[in-house]
Amino acid sequence: MRLKPTNRNTHSSDIPKARLNLQLFRTKTLPFLHQSDTPNPQLERYDPVMKRKSSILLQPRENDTGLPPCLLVDAVGLEGRAAELKKRSWKKGVKLEAIERAISMTDLTTLEGADTSGRVERLCKKALRPDPNPDIPQVAAVCVYPNLVETAVKVLEGSPVEVASVASGFPAGQVPLSLRLADTRMAAEQGADEIDVVISRGAFLSGQLEQVFEEVQAFKEAAGKAKLKVILETGELGTFDRIAKAGWLACEAGADFIKTSTGKVKINATPATALCMLHVVRDFEAHSGRAVGVKVAGGIRTSKEALHYLALVLETLGPSRLTNKLFRFGASSLLNDLIRQWKKQKTGRYMGPDDVCLD
Amino acid sequence: MSSDHVHKTYKLYLGGGFPRSESGRSLKIERPTRSTNRSPRILAQIARASRKDLRGAVEAAQKAFGPWSKAKPMLRGQILYRMAEMLDSRGREFEDLLVSFGLSDRRQARLEVEVSCNRLLWYAGWADKLGQVLGTVNPVSGPYFDFSSPEAMGVVAVYPGEKPALLSLVSTLAPVIVGGNCGVFLVPYEAGPIAITFAEILATSDVPGGVCNFLTGTRDELLTHFVMHRGFQANFLVSDDPREIKLVEYEAADHVKRGKTVPLGTPALWRSPACQGLDWISPFLEIKTTWHPIGL
Repeated sequence: MRLKPTNRNTHSSDIPKARLNLQLFRTKTLPFLHQSDTPNPQLERYDPVMKRKSSILLQPRENDTGLPPCLLVDAVGLEGRAAELKKRSWKKGVKLEAIERAISMTDLTTLEGADTSGRVERLCKKALRPDPNPDIPQVAAVCVYPNLVETAVKVLEGSPVEVASVASGFPAGQVPLSLRLADTRMAAEQGADEIDVVISRGAFLSGQLEQVFEEVQAFKEAAGKAKLKVILETGELGTFDRIAKAGWLACEAGADFIKTSTGKVKINATPATALCMLHVVRDFEAHSGRAVGVKVAGGIRTSKEALHYLALVLETLGPSRLTNKLFRFGASSLLNDLIRQWKKQKTGRYMGPDDVCLD
Repeated sequence: MSSDHVHKTYKLYLGGGFPRSESGRSLKIERPTRSTNRSPRILAQIARASRKDLRGAVEAAQKAFGPWSKAKPMLRGQILYRMAEMLDSRGREFEDLLVSFGLSDRRQARLEVEVSCNRLLWYAGWADKLGQVLGTVNPVSGPYFDFSSPEAMGVVAVYPGEKPALLSLVSTLAPVIVGGNCGVFLVPYEAGPIAITFAEILATSDVPGGVCNFLTGTRDELLTHFVMHRGFQANFLVSDDPREIKLVEYEAADHVKRGKTVPLGTPALWRSPACQGLDWISPFLEIKTTWHPIGL
């Protein structure tokens, strides 16, 4: 893809909507540009006290920079807030429901060089029926490499469990764009319902934001009908500022989900990065009216961690976002722990290692 | 004995570390006074473990089980030997503790420490002989080489008695871990300071973290949670209480747990050879039989 030159003098209102609004990132004096004059009816709520329509929850707070608040990250505050919500406790029935919800939000993942079609079939069957107990819900999706999409589609066809494929030169993304696009197209053609692509971290970190933006747009086009999940690889971005910027950029470029990590680097999803990204999608929805999902991935193994993430979603976006349409866990061993905790809630007995099936 | 100026905080022993109870609770160990108008003297505060500490302990033990059960038997023997060395060098301290907490008189305490050391040595010797003694080559009618060998089961729930505090703990701990199992010990709170001091010996004897985990607290509160936990593969109960024995055995049926129950007994009985033996090790081992074709 050819890079278009950017003209820094272009007035903000001249920029077509589909292009990245670079001023947003480059200056702190311009007003918040995309704030639309006509509020999105979906976001409006009639406020009986003020006797007018308002959308308080999703309205970006005022600040004198004109930037959406999510892009002005208070790192200490963010970490503090994320840590505070860890203490939120879920009791009895609510906990059971939260665990079920977490299971239904799981993207059961296998991304190993040693993956075989046999293993993927097994995993798909587990996705369809995680446990002999029929009260335990199915997971959201099975996430595999493009080569194995066909196998997964065969098993999961006709079921609500979706097939997700990683693509675009996963996990590093360090191959030519033409190959990354071909990779993405192939996954879509094989029948993947969701495609997880990685951004070029190298380009992003060297300031070539337009390139990253255009790439994501191209991936969106290549993915066709499939949902596009854009992996920011937060562990490589380093700061919350960059994470928020990259997240916003992906949202503007048309991502359906923004995802924390590939699970292939040292630092994976953390509650604070997830919270940062939740702020991004909240502000982006207020700004554009489009709800973008968040997927946390890598290193999430216990129910306790999963419930912590649900608390973050609940407190940032509200209960209506606790659905697998808008929040996902990318994990493999997490599912077994969720099942174990579910059974503990039901029976009062802690489960042993032999009480869940191995992958 | 600890200095008069530094009062020791007896915490739990979980996964090789000494954390407080997640619940933040503690229990006092008091020495009753004869006069009625004086409040009893507090000898020590010990942690009161909760259900969630138990959950953490089982997880730590499950994690430790793989490497510990796969460790060479000779290494396990050496580690048990090292425990005896460490206990011997701190013997005087344990005598003083037993006496000061009113668990034993001076003469009995000395004997208890001595026998505890010997018992560790005795089990240390067994580590690399279990396979030979408990394993068999079985005569079968067919061209097969057929042999059975003992293997560790997993995580054992151990309920040592209150008296003799040290010897009861050592006599239940050594046979469980010598075969490659891990243990979670529900220590009666009166024996807490002894057990947690003994944990310092474990921590300095190269026993990997998580192989032994000590929860101090009350049996009344924690026993139900222990017996209902399906992470345990076996129980080792020291008790005379028929209700406790029934509860442990009844709940064991749910998960087909194995186990051994021994009576509380007297210090003299615990010092006798009746309280050590191969039949203290074998309930916590599974026998695996392998058939191998001959002449192919």
